[in-house]
Amino acid sequence: MNAPPDPTFGPDLVEVFGPSQSDGGPELVQLLTPEGERVHHPEFDLDFSAEQLRGFYRDMVLTRRIDTEATALQRHGELGIWAQLLGQEAAQIGCGRALRPQDYVFPTYREHGVAYCRGVDPLKQLGLFRGVDHGDWDPSEFNFALYTIVIGAQCLHATGYAMGVQRDGDVGTGDPARDTAVVAHFGDGASSQGDVNEAFIFAASYNAPVVFFCQNNQWAISEPIERQTRIPLYQRALGFGFPGVRVDGNDVLATYAVTQAALQRARDGQGPTLVEAYTYRMGAHTTTDDPTRYRLSDDVESWKLKDPIARVEVYLRRNGLVDDSFMADIAAEADELGHTLREGCKALPDPQPGAMFEHVYADETDELRAQREGFAAYHASFEGSH
Amino acid sequence: MAGTTQKITLAKGLNMGLRKAMEDDPKVLLMGEDVGKLGGVFRITDGLQKDFGEDRVIDSPLAESGIVGTAVGMAMRGYRPVVEIQFDGFVYPAYDQIVCQVAKIHYRSKGRVPMPIVIRIPFGGGIGAVEHHSESPEAQFAHTPGLKVVACSNPVDGYWMIQQAIACDDPVIFLEPKRQYHADKAELDDTETPEPLFTSRVVRQGADATLLAYGPTVKTAMKAAEAASTEGRSLEVIDLRTLSPLDMGPVLESVRRTGRAIVVHEAHVNLGLGAELSARITEECFYSLEAPVLRVGGYDTPYPASRIEEDFLPDLDRVLDAVDRSLEF
Repeated sequence: MNAPPDPTFGPDLVEVFGPSQSDGGPELVQLLTPEGERVHHPEFDLDFSAEQLRGFYRDMVLTRRIDTEATALQRHGELGIWAQLLGQEAAQIGCGRALRPQDYVFPTYREHGVAYCRGVDPLKQLGLFRGVDHGDWDPSEFNFALYTIVIGAQCLHATGYAMGVQRDGDVGTGDPARDTAVVAHFGDGASSQGDVNEAFIFAASYNAPVVFFCQNNQWAISEPIERQTRIPLYQRALGFGFPGVRVDGNDVLATYAVTQAALQRARDGQGPTLVEAYTYRMGAHTTTDDPTRYRLSDDVESWKLKDPIARVEVYLRRNGLVDDSFMADIAAEADELGHTLREGCKALPDPQPGAMFEHVYADETDELRAQREGFAAYHASFEGSH
Repeated sequence: MAGTTQKITLAKGLNMGLRKAMEDDPKVLLMGEDVGKLGGVFRITDGLQKDFGEDRVIDSPLAESGIVGTAVGMAMRGYRPVVEIQFDGFVYPAYDQIVCQVAKIHYRSKGRVPMPIVIRIPFGGGIGAVEHHSESPEAQFAHTPGLKVVACSNPVDGYWMIQQAIACDDPVIFLEPKRQYHADKAELDDTETPEPLFTSRVVRQGADATLLAYGPTVKTAMKAAEAASTEGRSLEVIDLRTLSPLDMGPVLESVRRTGRAIVVHEAHVNLGLGAELSARITEECFYSLEAPVLRVGGYDTPYPASRIEEDFLPDLDRVLDAVDRSLEF
């Protein structure tokens, strides 16, 4: 059986944490409490303009709408599956809005909010889940890679990309339009993957300009965080030789501030950072999952009180930064987005069957060409036979 | 440099080819374990870090998935990474990155993201090594759409094929017969125009049966053909060179003439390249065949302890035995 961690190993390392201690522990960086109270942090603090705060609110509302619409579209049979981000809006918008245009992002399949921040049409995010493609945006147009489904694999891609950035000299020049950071998204489950750990090692070894952004949503399908780690995830970074920070992932201000600092470290040539955005997966792993089989509703209820959007709304209203018409406009915009997504999704055309043969290679082989032509001839042989 | 002719080993040919590719294209990077100062455990990258610097000849941490996975990211940034897997049996930690990412990213992205990566793998046995150092994993990659798989067999091909693989816009698994690295020398004339990469080549003409080989077994097949000729048998030998795609043109032309084909590879016979070649020859040359296509390969055991590896590997006698069986059919 598991022995308790050796207490002589250091008091910080035996901190008890996890879903049962849902405040995230003493090291949690927070700038806006669940009650909507603005608090300050000695290291990670920023002044936010009213415009920025309203922008965060709008981003999170629209992101949640993308998610709820997509979930509904799955229930209506229009999507085969959907990976919900409900509850993780602040983590994704805080990170996504801290990026500069030249930065490059490597997402998992749940980064719909980050995709939105990068300008990817939300409708394009649905194609993969509808089964009409494997991702249909041009990564180089948005500096946003396609969703990677193999858990953790993209962390190595991000690190390699960052090594390329170093070789291009786009680190540490002091030019804010040139210096480039790379973000690797992953989750608490992925932190157990070899590829993630190898990415940490490569990034540390080469001092690569990459930010490892872990959304610890406490659950890897049915497995709680305790199955993945015995220490807080952000502390793992120390073992690899770079800093780690745990931020309240339901606090968009703190996530923005911490991510921005980590990105700047990377751009300045100071190497990788691990950001653990401490959050909670309010929905199921995907629409095929049933969380009632493995977790208590009490847990979910306690996290509802930490909702990332509600706390910003409270803050905005309490400080007179928004009025009812602003909120109504956002709600109307969300409704419009929902309508566009519903109609757009249903209109997404199935690919032609012959499309399966396209782009297997940059230079198609004679073998594949023959198969493609055989497929076309086979289908053509049925024409007029109905 | 132009116009020089010199006698080189396979190791030298590969080294010269890598150097030429790096000179021709500043986006070409080499990465792998011990490829820098040491020049690789087989010295294939000898001297390259000294001349091209640590940013272009990169000693990597000891993690194969990391090597291939970061190469994917470098390719996305516009580089052309050439990675070395130190030994065939160590490619498996990178198998997921190769099969799920390297092979599929161009397809997944509808051609928007090219993956011009070369994965060099010293392969095959016969060097008296411990476990995992003598394997022939080519079928596992040839079975994967999106990858191209080639195997060089001689110094001159080593020089040209590695450059062609690096210039290829598709990912290439580049298999090097490690037993041949420092074995034989051949004359390289670097002013010649090489044959295209994805082509097979008749390396010995004959009339009675066709031997199909690649990588380390080309030499075995040539020796067998030589021995057979003393008994009045004329064997044609084809160096396949490309394993995916297969270049069936020369193979089918040959088998239609000889009516007999024997595939020789070190890999396990079960579901090896020989199985695919046999199926295709049967489909295309059914009425020309005088005998079933035969296969001579490694047995369907794990690679054995090295003291008995010569009994596992196809050798001249096993090839000639198969020739006898084919001719007597």
